[in-house]
Amino acid sequence: MFVRFLEIIGASVLELLYFIGDVMLLFIGAVKQMPVKIRLRHVIHQMSHLGVDTLPIVSLTMMFTGMVMTLQVANEFIKMGAESTVGGIIAIAIGRELGPVLVGVVAAGRVGSAMTAEISTMKVTEQIDALRVMGTNPLGYLVVPRMLACMIMVPLLTVYGDVIGVVGGWGVAKYYAGISSYVYVNSIPEYAVLNDLTGGLVKAVVFGVVIAVLGCYYGMKAPEGAEGVGKATTRSVVSAIVVIFMLNVLLSMVLY
Amino acid sequence: MIKIENVSMSFGDKKVLDNINLEIKDGETLAIIGGSGSGKSTLLRLMIGLDHPTGGKIWLRDKDIAHMPEKELDELRLHMGMVFQYSALFDSMTVGDNVAFGLREHTDYGEEKIAEIVKEKLEVVGLPGTEDMMPGELSGGMKKRVSLARAIAFGPEIIFYDEPSSGLDPIMTDKIDELIISTQKRLGVTSVVVTHDMDSAIHIADRIAMIYEGKLIAVDTVDNFRRIEDSRVRAFLRGLYIGKEA
Ligand SMILES: Nc1ncnc2c1ncn2[C@@H]1O[C@H](COP(=O)(O)OP(=O)(O)OP(=O)(O)O)[C@@H](O)[C@H]1O
Ligand SMILES: [Mg+2]
Repeated sequence: MFVRFLEIIGASVLELLYFIGDVMLLFIGAVKQMPVKIRLRHVIHQMSHLGVDTLPIVSLTMMFTGMVMTLQVANEFIKMGAESTVGGIIAIAIGRELGPVLVGVVAAGRVGSAMTAEISTMKVTEQIDALRVMGTNPLGYLVVPRMLACMIMVPLLTVYGDVIGVVGGWGVAKYYAGISSYVYVNSIPEYAVLNDLTGGLVKAVVFGVVIAVLGCYYGMKAPEGAEGVGKATTRSVVSAIVVIFMLNVLLSMVLY
Repeated sequence: MIKIENVSMSFGDKKVLDNINLEIKDGETLAIIGGSGSGKSTLLRLMIGLDHPTGGKIWLRDKDIAHMPEKELDELRLHMGMVFQYSALFDSMTVGDNVAFGLREHTDYGEEKIAEIVKEKLEVVGLPGTEDMMPGELSGGMKKRVSLARAIAFGPEIIFYDEPSSGLDPIMTDKIDELIISTQKRLGVTSVVVTHDMDSAIHIADRIAMIYEGKLIAVDTVDNFRRIEDSRVRAFLRGLYIGKEA
């Protein structure tokens, strides 16, 4: 019984290591293709896709998050007479953690899944083989533009999301908790420093890579058949979200 | 010239090709026939380096491509074209962009010159003026022809066809067969055509090779092939394929 248990653990660990190795190989392969050729047109196309697809959800998600955070924080802090710290606390929490993580999760759901669906369809219909037959490296052609687009757009969306979140917080602070705009806005530069923003952006770059690499990985590994496409898409989103949360802890330890 | 030497291929425990020896001469058209699942597509994929055999060598002129790294293969592939079993057109691009793909990727031709070549290739396959259509708007036969236009756009020396006429009606099948013949004549290319249509094979090929459950059981000129006594070949000739899945 106990031995069986160990066997199962061992097998899953092995599988996890294989998975990490495979994903790293894809990542390294893509990085190696970067100096060969960068298809700027594709990068821009992917960037605009990414922006259009995620902007509305990022806006809503970040606004409501800023609002609910302030709702919780403001009441408690007013009781303690610390209302002049509310703006700063919200800005730090959003800049360091909530902004990059939530934007990452939204992008994984919207964009990572779309990448997996598109690439796995290409795989099943032999379009990836067709690329190779025509002497074009699929990593360079498919993965590199998506990776670059995510590395640029996820941080940009994070900056935007940070602003929306802080504005949402301001709305609640002013109209619900009765903290004046002056106090809320002034407390931001008093407590938050530039590193709270830039650290979050470093995270966002990493999350962008994670989303693109996993999105492409699951697409290229998709098992045959239409059913495979759906399964691969779900897996890609779930694992991207888990990896984002996991790396977020690590990055927070390193960055702050 | 392509020379396949003692090539075997397994997926996991499953042996798909078993010690294949086959030589394809420059400028000839070889048809590879065999039942469903006999390993025809697999053999074709090995010849263009999409998969690597578990054993044996595949000589392209004086180079063994069996274990060649992808980067070197990419260069050789510029001289090869492939028409896939299900066309494999890029469905996010127009027909014109599909045909232009190799030219845009590997040459610095201007758009005008590319448009000219694309126009010519589409005319050759009998689809003039379809540049702006999307693959989703095309019938199966049209897709196959666009796929051929894409394969010849770069001026290949060898063209591989995987079931170029499967799923098409008899008239379209004849049309595709004629295209394969005229392409061979016009460009002087070597053609390898996988098919399970015996009539097509007889019509287009100089020689026919038959694969049966992963083994090469016969290869000969069309005339000789028809006289082969082997019961498995005879069965296929009569259109009565008695394989695992018939
Ligand atoms: N990537 C793969 N992984 C595992 N098995 C495979 C793979 N590719 C092919 N096979 C198996 O190899 C065998 C031969 O396949 P192949 O596609 O070469 O047959 P085929 O002769 O082209 O058949 P068809 O006429 O149906 O196209 C089949 O049993 C198939 O299931
Ligand atoms: Mg096949």
